[in-house]
Amino acid sequence: MDKMTEEQYRAISNMLRKRSLWMLHYCTGCGAMELPPTMTSRYDMERFGIVPYVTPRQADILLVTGYVNIKTLRRIVTVYEQMLDPKYVIGFGSCPINGGVYWDSYSVIKRLDKYIPVDLYIAGCMPRPEAIITAFRYLMDLIDKGKADGYKRYKENLEFYKANQRKVLG
Amino acid sequence: MVIKEILMAVGIPLLAFSIGIVLMMFKRKIIARIQRRYGPNFVQPLIDIFKLLSKKGNITHGVMYDLGPIIALAASIVVVFFIPIPGMKLMTGSADIIALLYIMVIGSLAMALGAGESANPNSSIGIARALTLMLGYDLPFVIVIITLVLKYHTTNLYVITQMQASSGWAMWFLPLSAIAGIIVTYGALGEHPFDVAVAPHEVATGPMAEYGGKHLGLLMINHAFHIYIELALFVDLFMGGASNIFYFFAKMFVIFVLLIFFDEVLPRFRVDDAVRFYWRWPTILALLGLIIVLVK
Repeated sequence: MDKMTEEQYRAISNMLRKRSLWMLHYCTGCGAMELPPTMTSRYDMERFGIVPYVTPRQADILLVTGYVNIKTLRRIVTVYEQMLDPKYVIGFGSCPINGGVYWDSYSVIKRLDKYIPVDLYIAGCMPRPEAIITAFRYLMDLIDKGKADGYKRYKENLEFYKANQRKVLG
Repeated sequence: MVIKEILMAVGIPLLAFSIGIVLMMFKRKIIARIQRRYGPNFVQPLIDIFKLLSKKGNITHGVMYDLGPIIALAASIVVVFFIPIPGMKLMTGSADIIALLYIMVIGSLAMALGAGESANPNSSIGIARALTLMLGYDLPFVIVIITLVLKYHTTNLYVITQMQASSGWAMWFLPLSAIAGIIVTYGALGEHPFDVAVAPHEVATGPMAEYGGKHLGLLMINHAFHIYIELALFVDLFMGGASNIFYFFAKMFVIFVLLIFFDEVLPRFRVDDAVRFYWRWPTILALLGLIIVLVK
């Protein structure tokens, strides 16, 4: 009985939590350009309860928009660790996936997933606002099913992530 | 008798909270429609509060950081009991309007202590701005209160409301004071152009910069109370209260929609400009209202 109510509580809280996602966009590259049309009247992502917020403490989603170089990675890790659980990371554009056009650069990290857990990637250079909204809908589905568990993975594999971070940050 | 009092002690904050939260829901929807968007779910503020309160992680920067939102919320609930609502006589004694002036400051001071402990520079700047702005709008507010006290020869808020219900709204007799009062209400609610304290683009939501999770949930609940308090006080002081709760809500709603329209089209003052504005135009209007009452 007790387990049953806990399950129900988790289902209901996931259902409500996915309707209220506050977003922190870490604008490293050109990807930030596609966000203003997504936020404002044309595509209006407030329909889904997604609102841009300004400090890591208040945010649920960390949106890494564009390439991440080594200096930026230090800040991204700090910001990610300042956010409160449950927290989700979206890698935006092709740069966090494999480096994108910076694939042979010495100062840009190629895979964001090695340093912080990424729940979802949006491919494309640049992804259009439609793609961003589709990604948010997909993330909402993942949260509803309880599969967006990046923050749990970060805790479980902390050694792995920290070792990778130390390797590039020194 | 005791049961009735317990019911009132639970029910009246609940009523105030639900009025405040419904006004917040309307606010987000109306703003969206002004910007030609569809806008969020109607119950979005409630979902936000649930999400914030159900966050798993939590941080603390010290005792006062934790106590700040709680004291602010408690102070808001105390203020709610001082504001007469239709059909019920609450904690009204003589001179409760003067007590209100003092209690209403506690929330801001608690926030200042709480956010100050987080040692975030944005929080410190936000607190400094909020308290400076309070210094600005308290001067015309006190003059407006003195005007009403002189006109009705009482310091009892309930009696002031009752006398307006029989003889007509104070808004029509003292239009200048009413305009000053409504500008003060806008400033106290912290909407544009007076949102200097929580300017997200300048100081990253100011006092709230370091708050997240459950703390921020409490602050959002406090904000709902805050909306209720400011609007209910204006309705009681200038619009004669109401005969039942629906008229009361309707009057608050009209004032609030007017506020949203101004909020949406106006930019933001610098904090020194805001104080200069308050100490000039609303103060002049309030003083003129005071002179009119004194001459009559």
